[in-house]
Amino acid sequence: MTRILGVLGLLVALYAALASSDPNAGRPDNLMSVANLQGRYGVITLGAALVIIVGGIDLSIGAVVGCSAVLFGVLMNEGVHPFAAVPAVALFGATVGLINGLLITRLKLQPFLVTLCGMFVYRGVARLLGGTIGQASVIERHPEFKDAIRTLRYLFIGKSPTDGDLLFPAQFVILLVLAAVVGFFIRRTAYGRYWYAIGHSELAAKYAGVNVNRQRVAIYTVCSALAAVTGVLLFLDAPSVQSDNAGNAYELYAILGAVLGGCSLRGGEGTAVGMVLGAMVLPVLENLVTFQGAKSDVIPLVIGATLLFGAIVDELIRGRSRVHR
Amino acid sequence: MTTPRLSVTAARKEFPGVVALDGVSLALAPGEVLAVVGENGAGKSTLMKIVAGVYAADAGEVQLDGVPVRFAGPGAAAEAGVVLIHQELNLAENLTVLDNLFLGREVTTAGALRLLNRREMAGRAAGLLARVGLPADRLYARVEALPPGEKQLVEIARSLGTDVRVLIMDEPTSSLTQRETETLYGVIDGLKATGVSVMYISHRLAEVKRCCDRAVVLRDGRNAGELAKADITHDNLVRLMVGRDLKQFYPKTHRPEPSAPAVLTVRGVRYRGGPETPASFDVRAGEVLGMAGLVGAGRTELSEAVFGVRHITAGEVLLNDRPLAVRTPRDAIEAGVLLVPEDRRLHGLVLAEGVGFNLSLPNLAGLSTALGVSRSREAEMHRTWIDRLRVKTPSAAQPVGLLSGGNQQKVVYGKWLARGPKVLVLDEPTRGVDVGAKAEIYALIDELAGKGVAVWMITSDMEELLGMSDRVVVMHEGRVAGELTGTVSEEAVMRLATGGAAT
Repeated sequence: MTRILGVLGLLVALYAALASSDPNAGRPDNLMSVANLQGRYGVITLGAALVIIVGGIDLSIGAVVGCSAVLFGVLMNEGVHPFAAVPAVALFGATVGLINGLLITRLKLQPFLVTLCGMFVYRGVARLLGGTIGQASVIERHPEFKDAIRTLRYLFIGKSPTDGDLLFPAQFVILLVLAAVVGFFIRRTAYGRYWYAIGHSELAAKYAGVNVNRQRVAIYTVCSALAAVTGVLLFLDAPSVQSDNAGNAYELYAILGAVLGGCSLRGGEGTAVGMVLGAMVLPVLENLVTFQGAKSDVIPLVIGATLLFGAIVDELIRGRSRVHR
Repeated sequence: MTTPRLSVTAARKEFPGVVALDGVSLALAPGEVLAVVGENGAGKSTLMKIVAGVYAADAGEVQLDGVPVRFAGPGAAAEAGVVLIHQELNLAENLTVLDNLFLGREVTTAGALRLLNRREMAGRAAGLLARVGLPADRLYARVEALPPGEKQLVEIARSLGTDVRVLIMDEPTSSLTQRETETLYGVIDGLKATGVSVMYISHRLAEVKRCCDRAVVLRDGRNAGELAKADITHDNLVRLMVGRDLKQFYPKTHRPEPSAPAVLTVRGVRYRGGPETPASFDVRAGEVLGMAGLVGAGRTELSEAVFGVRHITAGEVLLNDRPLAVRTPRDAIEAGVLLVPEDRRLHGLVLAEGVGFNLSLPNLAGLSTALGVSRSREAEMHRTWIDRLRVKTPSAAQPVGLLSGGNQQKVVYGKWLARGPKVLVLDEPTRGVDVGAKAEIYALIDELAGKGVAVWMITSDMEELLGMSDRVVVMHEGRVAGELTGTVSEEAVMRLATGGAAT
């Protein structure tokens, strides 16, 4: 509980600062676009958090996001119907995760190493697939896909099929639905127990009859599939994606969200509510810095410093609650 | 009477909610080896830590050679010649023996650069190693490459580097083989001869008898009594530790049928990384089969092979005369072959999680409905086993790592009993468990055998082996050296365990 209180306090403070920074900041359209970004980061945060709970790490998330975004565009360019391209991209992600998971469990390679290599490999695949690709160029080539793409954009992003205005933050809705599923699994099913047990003590889980390897492979598969879905979201939300930088640093946003949300990098800890809250921090902060009129050059500095400050405060709160237990 | 080397008078120490020490006194003569014995929680470690400067006493006095002392910390105590050797060794595993011997007090050149004077250190280190009987070529070996016994000796050698007057050893033999233990006794005898006094904390009666001049028994933070060397016997010690006679310490109400069928048959089994010689034996319904052997005889490894942790390369395992294919622990568990592992903190429990979490972990399939794990069924199951095994815990949510060793062990039993075992494999079933909980665990084992469970009990505790077993199998260097039935004697077990022939 105290793990969530820290990030909750940080969010309240950030939203309050945002509301008082500029009259336009509190307007629904701004809040909705922030929420949409929170949703997108949140989806990968869920995946990263699950991996962290079982005591692993996935550094290939950003590359898989970028690769999937490009792949989504390329598939449609090649004539694959958008409705079929979405599951195809998700399947691609799942395959990537399966490979990561098998390398880690069967060959006993370090998760850090495997996914670091994956980060380069899938970025490389993205660059081989193509350069810059966007909805407009796909539609130009395949006018028959226009309606389908607009429908997907409405469903996944919340943008009006006619004029492209943001009607509702669909990505955040997707996050909430997925988080509810993740929460159900980790709180209510045997699998969730197994994941916590593996994260805390792989050997004790094994001796209790848990099929540790299978569970870990499944988690890496889910994580990369979620990254692939995020690639689809990125493609649908952005005017175009570039293969050399789409999804850059997303793995770090995801890990940051998971840790802010209460996942311990040592494994075995984390809640679905925490994951959502943790993922919400970064987009608000970015938005706040923009409204403060800061030059874009200082944004990374401010974000880094603020998050570090938040982490320190959080640790102090937690440390105190530990002593008093 | 001469001035004692060390004396403790009416030491008292309170922790929030617990009085750990309530007026304990003892004295240690120069060159004396004093055993400090007591159940877990009796105050032994608190006492040691006060003497060694880790804790400050709330009241009472510690004198060293007649001078009252109050150490600011373990460093100050070591400076004064009082050194504590922890149960968990405090060596830097990645460094060499030489580096460890001088860690924190390296011999260096004067000046800010502090260049290491390796030659000087190596010279002094050779002398230290010789004193503890370690060969000189160990000097440049990395500590992690040494067997546990030698690590213990390195730790002792390190303490000798200072002008040690009192050496406090906490369960020094818990990870040593028989031979290493003998070496350690030799070192202790040598220290004694040079006038070093030793406080020796141990659970193992034979050791206390072998190498201590006197035993002080603590109970509930107080002095419970003292035994001269001649009076150190199991009965005397237990009476003082528990405060009453432990009648029926080893209850044996179950009566195994000699003709009972074998439930578990291990036939010609070899496993990956194991010895060349195959192992064969069986465990019958309703009996406790004791398995003896020295540390390293391959008993734990064999049980892990049967449990699916190690890969079986030859032979077969039969359950009720039907071949049992075990590739993972899950296979063994589903067949009803359940292991209470030797290292419960590593293999038996998820320490950071609650008592209930651990009780549930292997039983979740039976506790689940279509909508996931049923909270009510789970709570009921937790209540049942916490009550039946009398696990002392504030709640089912209490992290199991915070319980005492005995209560932790009960949770391991609970998670398996909830499944209904056919074969229960117990690897050191009462290691690190206090005497009271031991008696409860023995009663439980007896009850289970009485209900027809086949119990395979691996133990290095001779009393436990002789007290609980219906039949004894002895292993030596990976093979079954022999089987003993009827009234089993300690001598017969040791002869087989050390490679002798059965008579």
